[in-house]
Amino acid sequence: MPSSLVTVAYIAAGILFILSLGGLSAQESARRGNAFGIAGMLIAVVATAAGGRVTEYGVLVTTMGIGAIIGALVAARVAMTAMPQLVAILHSFVGAAAVLVGIGSYLDPEQSFSGAEAIIHELEVFVGVFIGAITFTGSIVAFGKLQGVIRSKPLLLPGRHWLNLVMLLGCVYLATRFVGVPPEQGLTPLLVMTGIACIIGVHLVMAIGGADMPVVVSMLNSYSGWAASAAGFMLSNDLLIITGALVGSSGAILSYIMCKAMNRSFLSVIFGGFGATEGAAPAGGSAPVGEVVSVSAGETAALLREAKNIVVVPGYGMAVAHAQHPLFEIAQLLKERGKNVRFAIHPVAGRLPGHMNVLLAEAKVPYDIVLEMEEINPDFPETDVVLVIGANDIVNPGALDDTSSPIYGMPVLEVWKAESVVVMKRSMASGYAGVDNPLFYRENTQMLFGDAKKNVDAILTDLRGAARAA
Amino acid sequence: MARLIKLGFEVLVQSGAGEGASFSDADYARAGAEVRQTADEVWQQADVLLKVQPPDVDPERNRHEADLLREGGTLISFMWPSKNEALIERLARRRATVIAMDQVPRITRAQKMDALSSMANIAGYRAVIEAASFFGRFFTGQMTAAGKVPPAKVLVIGAGVAGLAAIGAARGLGAIVRAFDTRPAVKEQVHSMGADFLELPLQEDAEGEGGYAKQMSAAFIEAEMALFAQQAKEVDIIITTALIPGKGAPTLITREMVESMRAGSVIVDLAAEQGGNCAVTQPGEVVVHKGVTVIGYIDLPSRLAPTASQLYGSNLVHLLADMGGAKSWHVDLDDEVVRGALVLKDGELMWPPPKVDKPPPPAAQVKPPAPLVVSPAAPERKPGSALLALAAAGAGLFGVGLVAPPAFLSHLTVFVLAVFVGWQVIWNVTPALHTPLMSVTNAISGIIIIGGMLQVSGPITSPVTVLGAVAVLLATINVAGGFLVTQRMLRMFRK
Repeated sequence: MPSSLVTVAYIAAGILFILSLGGLSAQESARRGNAFGIAGMLIAVVATAAGGRVTEYGVLVTTMGIGAIIGALVAARVAMTAMPQLVAILHSFVGAAAVLVGIGSYLDPEQSFSGAEAIIHELEVFVGVFIGAITFTGSIVAFGKLQGVIRSKPLLLPGRHWLNLVMLLGCVYLATRFVGVPPEQGLTPLLVMTGIACIIGVHLVMAIGGADMPVVVSMLNSYSGWAASAAGFMLSNDLLIITGALVGSSGAILSYIMCKAMNRSFLSVIFGGFGATEGAAPAGGSAPVGEVVSVSAGETAALLREAKNIVVVPGYGMAVAHAQHPLFEIAQLLKERGKNVRFAIHPVAGRLPGHMNVLLAEAKVPYDIVLEMEEINPDFPETDVVLVIGANDIVNPGALDDTSSPIYGMPVLEVWKAESVVVMKRSMASGYAGVDNPLFYRENTQMLFGDAKKNVDAILTDLRGAARAA
Repeated sequence: MARLIKLGFEVLVQSGAGEGASFSDADYARAGAEVRQTADEVWQQADVLLKVQPPDVDPERNRHEADLLREGGTLISFMWPSKNEALIERLARRRATVIAMDQVPRITRAQKMDALSSMANIAGYRAVIEAASFFGRFFTGQMTAAGKVPPAKVLVIGAGVAGLAAIGAARGLGAIVRAFDTRPAVKEQVHSMGADFLELPLQEDAEGEGGYAKQMSAAFIEAEMALFAQQAKEVDIIITTALIPGKGAPTLITREMVESMRAGSVIVDLAAEQGGNCAVTQPGEVVVHKGVTVIGYIDLPSRLAPTASQLYGSNLVHLLADMGGAKSWHVDLDDEVVRGALVLKDGELMWPPPKVDKPPPPAAQVKPPAPLVVSPAAPERKPGSALLALAAAGAGLFGVGLVAPPAFLSHLTVFVLAVFVGWQVIWNVTPALHTPLMSVTNAISGIIIIGGMLQVSGPITSPVTVLGAVAVLLATINVAGGFLVTQRMLRMFRK
C-alpha cells in the first residue's frame, strides 16, 4: 500500500477517534461512539500492517492474538467495583509499551538521522521513555493502592521533595550524556534514566493517599497520552501524536474536574496529598456538639413509606457492601407507589470519575434518575427523606461553613436541607478525610448503623411486607 | 414503661391512672407494670413516686397527698417551688427528696428531660387547634368556583417552644403567620418555620438567662405596644405566649386592642395561668369580648393527653436514666441537670441552686498550620499572570521556530491542534460517562501498537524485534480490553 494511502487511512482513523470521544456526550450516542473507536483502530492497524514497512506477519499475528484473548477475558470478567484497578493496570501497559517502543526506536538500525534531526529524535526518545516509565510504575502502584495490597496511607518520606528534585536533575544530567552520542554509548544512560524514572513513578504515587486516587488515575491517564504522543514524535507518526494528544487532554481535564470537586489544587495533590488514614478517630475541624440518634431499619422503612420525594446518596461504601442491587429494588418499589426517587452523585464519589454512575447502571438503575451534584443540590429543600449510604465527606456541612475543617471549600451535597436524613454507616469511624461529620449530630439526622447490604435488605423486606399486608 | 423496666425498675401504677389518655390498666400490665387498686398503695410502696401535678389536698379524704409519701422517699413531679413553699415544708418534714420537672435547666444536654419544653410544644400546637375551632373561616386561602376565600392572618407573640409550635401548626393549616419576639436571635428560627418576623426599629438586647426574655426598657415597651395595636387591626388570630421568669405574664394586648379587632377574631392566651398577656383573659375559660373570642385555657397539654403522657413519660425516663437507673440510683450534686431541678434532698432545702458559671465561649479556632499550599477559594487568575504565560509561550514557540527542523515543526503543529480539539471534545462528555471515557481513552492509547508494529519488522532475534513484540502484546491487551469493557459498561446504561 503506497504511503499516501496509509496517510489517508490515518486521517480517517483520527477522525473516527475524535468522533468516538464526541459520542460520549450522551448515553444515547455513546455506544455508537465506541463503535467508531473500534473502527478507527482497525483501520489504523490494517493500514500499518499493509503499509510496507511491516514484514514479519507471523510474530505480529501471534502477539496480537494472545493480547486480544487476554484483553477480552479481562474485559468480560472484571467486576465493576474493580474498574479503577483495571484502568490503572491498562495505563501501566501503555507506559510500558511506550518505554519499549522508545528504546526500540533508539536501537533501530532502520532509523537514522543526522544533525539537528538526530538531536531532536534523541530528545524525543528520551522524553518519551521518561514519561512512559513514570506512567508504568506509577500506574502499578496506583493499582496496588486501589486493590488494597499497598497501604492507602501516603508514604511521606522526609525530604521527599528534595528526593524528587535530585532524581529529576539526575535524569537531566543523563540526557546530556545521551543526546548527541553514538548509539553504543547512549544506551547505558538511557537505561539508567529509565530505572530512575521508574523510581520517580513509584515514589510519586506512593506519596499520595488513597482518598486522592481519582485524581491520580486521571493524571496517569493523561501521562499515558503524552507518552503516546512522544512516541509519535520519535516515529514521525502523526496518528500517534493526535491520539496521544486527545488522550492526554482527556486525562488532564478529568484531573482538573476532580481537583475542583475536592477543592484542592492539583499540585498539592500530586506532591503529597492529605488523604490520611481511613477509619481513624476524627481529627481537625471544630468538634461537633450533640448526640447522634440511632434508628432501626424498620423505622427507616416507615419514613420512606411516608415520604413523597426521596433522594439516595450513594458512596463508595455502598459499592463495597454490594448494596446497590437491593437498593435498586427499593427504588423501584417506591417508584411504583408513586414516589419520586432519585440518586445524587458527587463528582468524587467512588475511586474513579463517574464510577458511581457505572455501579448504579450495573444495578439497572435508569440513568435519568441519576443526577449530578449541581443538578440536584437545589432540590434538597423540597426533599422529604435523604438516604445516605456509605458516604461521608461528600455530605459534610463543615465543608461549607467550618473554616478550620480540612475539607473546607469542597463542594458537597447539601442533604441537611431536606426534611430528614438517614445515614447508613458501619460505625462512627471517620471517612477518608479523617474529619468528624456535623451532619450526624443535626436534629433532622438519624443514623442506621451496621452493614449497608444487611440494612438495605431489611428495609426492602419491610417495605415488601407492608405492601402485602396493606 | 418498657424503658423503665429496662432500667431495672419495678413499676407500680394506680388503677385507672391512664384512662384520661386512653391507656387501660391492661395496657400497663402488658408493658410490665403492676397495677395497684388504690393510690394509697402506690404512695406507700413506692421508693420513687412520679407525678404530674404537685401533691395537693385531697378534699374527699381530708388529708394532704404529701403526707402519703414514704419517709425518705423520692418525689418527681411538676413542683413550681417558688409558689409552693408550704408544700415544700410539708415534704421536708417527711425527709423527702424532691425533684421538680419544671426546674430542669435549659441546657442542650437536658433537652430530653425538659418537661416544660415538651409540654409547651403541645400547648402551642393545641392553641392553634382551639383557635381554629372557634374561628369562623378557613385558615388557608382558597379559590373555589363559588368565590375566593382569603387566608387567615395569625400573629404569634413570643417565639419560644410554644410559639414556634404554634407557628408550625398554623402554617400547616395554610395561614399567613407573623411572629414577634423581643429576642432578635429567634428571627432565623421563625423564618425557617415559614413565618414573617416583625421587628422594631429599636435595638435592645432581650436575651436574659437561660434563653428567656427579660424585662425591657420603657421606650421599648412603648414601641412594642404600638406594634401590637397596629397588628390587632390587621390580623384575625393572635396567639400569645409571653412570660418573664419571676414576673409572670406581661400585659401586651390591652382592652382597646381587643376592641379594635374585627368581630369573629380569636385570641389564645397561653400565659393565662400566670395572669395572661391579654387584659380580658379569664384563666381556664373562654370569654367573648365585643365579638372577639378570648381563650384562656390553662390545660392545653392535657387536651392532647396521649401525646402529653408519652412525652412527659419520656422526659421522666431520661431523667431517671441520668440518675443512674435502678441499679445505680443516686442523687449526683455535680450533675448540672439534677442539681438544677433538685428542691429537697432528704428533707434539706436545696432550691434555688447556686448559679452555674456558663462555660467560657469556645476560644477562637486556631487554624491548624497548613502544610501544603491549599487554597479554599478558586485562585483568582490575575491578568498579570495570564499575560506572562502567554508571553512565555510566545517566546518558547519563537525559539523553537528558530532552531527546529521543518519535520519537527509539522508534527508540533499537529500536536498543538490535536490538544485543542481534544480539549473541546472532552469537556462535552457527560460526567455520568467519565468511567467509560477513561476506558475508551485507554483503548485508543493502545494506538502505540503501531509503534511496536513498525519495529517487529527486523530479524526475530534482534532486541528491537523482541521489544516491539512485547509492546505489541501489551498494546493489544489495552485495545481489546479497553474497547470491550467500554462496550460492556455502555450496555448497562439504560433509561
